[in-house]
Amino acid sequence: MDIQTLTFLIVGASFALYIGIAIWARAGSTKEFYVAGGGVHPVANGMATAADWMSAASFISMAGLISFMGYDGGVYLMGWTGGYVLLALCLAPYLRKFGKFTVPDFVGDRYYSQAARTVAVFCAIFVSFTYVAGQMRGVGVVFSRFLEVDIEWGVVIGMAIVFFYAVLGGMKGITYTQVAQYCVLIFAYLVPAVFISIMMTGTVFPQIGLGSELVSEPGVYLMDKLDGLSTELGFAAYTDGSKATIDVFFITAALMVGTAGLPHVIVRFFTVPKVRDARISAGWALVFIAILYTTAPAIAAFARVNMIDTINGTDMQGTQYEEAPSWVKNWEETGLIKWEDKNNDGRMFYAADERNEMKIDRDIMVLANPEIANLPNWVIALVAAGGVAAALSTAAGLLLVISTAISHDLLKRNFAPNISDKQELLAARLAAAAAICVAGYFGINPPGFVAQVVAFAFGLAASSFFPAIILGIFSKTMNKEGAIAGMLSGITFTAAYIIYFKFINPAGNVPENWWFGISPEGIGTLGMIVNFVVSIAVSKVTAPVPEDVQDMVESIRFPKGAGEAHDH
Amino acid sequence: MAFENEQLAKEYWKANLRLMLTLLVIWFVASFGLGILLAEPLNVIRLGGVKLGFWFAQQGSIYIFVALIFVYVWQMNKLDQKFGVREE
Repeated sequence: MDIQTLTFLIVGASFALYIGIAIWARAGSTKEFYVAGGGVHPVANGMATAADWMSAASFISMAGLISFMGYDGGVYLMGWTGGYVLLALCLAPYLRKFGKFTVPDFVGDRYYSQAARTVAVFCAIFVSFTYVAGQMRGVGVVFSRFLEVDIEWGVVIGMAIVFFYAVLGGMKGITYTQVAQYCVLIFAYLVPAVFISIMMTGTVFPQIGLGSELVSEPGVYLMDKLDGLSTELGFAAYTDGSKATIDVFFITAALMVGTAGLPHVIVRFFTVPKVRDARISAGWALVFIAILYTTAPAIAAFARVNMIDTINGTDMQGTQYEEAPSWVKNWEETGLIKWEDKNNDGRMFYAADERNEMKIDRDIMVLANPEIANLPNWVIALVAAGGVAAALSTAAGLLLVISTAISHDLLKRNFAPNISDKQELLAARLAAAAAICVAGYFGINPPGFVAQVVAFAFGLAASSFFPAIILGIFSKTMNKEGAIAGMLSGITFTAAYIIYFKFINPAGNVPENWWFGISPEGIGTLGMIVNFVVSIAVSKVTAPVPEDVQDMVESIRFPKGAGEAHDH
Repeated sequence: MAFENEQLAKEYWKANLRLMLTLLVIWFVASFGLGILLAEPLNVIRLGGVKLGFWFAQQGSIYIFVALIFVYVWQMNKLDQKFGVREE
């Protein structure tokens, strides 16, 4: 069967599965809609969290990024996993004990202030929209390459599927579809990685293959070959970074702390029955994430060696364009690979210096990898289904945060506290539907700044939510004045730095101009420190925390008596 | 109050913080220490075919993160039991 028929079959089958689950897991109350009734098994919640967390960027782009960045790619690997340690140890169990539905719920109640709640709601909505636009785009790209429909139609099909299970099932539907999506995406990620690992290094586990000798050149380690190729072609050695150490440090910290402060991740820990389930569930989530994240660096290294060998030829003379494998031409059509024969010898050549004739988009590394390694067609179709699963699962989780923020935090807690559960559920569904349409619009007409604002989302979460929540749990004396001043100063500082270098003066976005050599991607860490300092300073000179709030802090510090996630 | 007296509540919280901070120190050393600040000197040592600093940045730190969470869960569950604040 040809690739396209296979892709239709496999992607179609996965869609049928998601819709089936959605019908089975309809939500009957706001509690089911917001937190899946609080009855999700911790392992299932771990899987759902992993699928929720691993977006189109993790699945499609990350290995490609590492492939092109070498050692520096470690910032993503450590940053996007290390945050789970913070979540498990410092946030999840306490927020589960607190036992309401959303992050703004906690901020508003702990800081006894509508203003704090409103700041949190807007941060949550902004962060989530930033993210979701990128997911819809990811769905569009996969559809357009593998199913040869327009990106617009790809986005519309993706919207329709998410609409179906998010609006119908809320958190309950999303959770169980995410479990299925995790299985699809991890299978799709591992199959080509294992195949390629066996072909190149003779080892089944890609994680071990990374440190093994090459089958084609016994006695030569994969990493040494890669370092050799990189320096020969004018790149930095693969195992050395080109970023400054301080920048690597700050970016990693911002991604870790940002991860722990993202509302769509935190809210997943409200869905399990007990405090100890929240703890173990974070562990399972990281296990499921680590399976993909430890495979990614292996894929990155395999793909880079394969790609250079294919384009430059094993003799390093360049491959004749006429003899180029079909994947080069397939991807040329999408504009993600470009070849310009500068020296008119009819051969392709890839290098960092003036010999270079290729433009290769890093996003194709995972999607084209099975083709580069000559794997069977069904593997290529599987990767397409995996990419769609990764994008849809994350999009759904984010859309739920948006709809919850509107129906619960804004409507129920602010404007119309007297609406019934049925009305609130209807509002949540309408908000989810509206959010999907807005997200779809941005997917079809992506604003040019989507790539830039991803750094924004992490920086914002790191410099606003994280310190407010940590102080709310670990300090009984942190008052509303301190928390609000801290959140506002953290956000303002971080946003100003990012906006200056990304939008006002992009030409000046070079290490010489950065404060202490910290790039806009890493500035959230400094913003977080600003937040902590301002919060503590302000709280020292303003009114003390009311007695009942101090008692609440006391009560979230031990598990007994958590009960179910409760209504107000 | 789930604890028998205030003293026990304080002890429980202190034990919790001690465990948390110990594990966070390991968390910091594994990632920011071995994977970033000490990556260059560690690269002299090799683990199979991979330089050790590089390995910590792209593999080792992640395995350690997973282990840390499970140690935390195991120790906290023991602590809950000891102080009688385990949920049934």
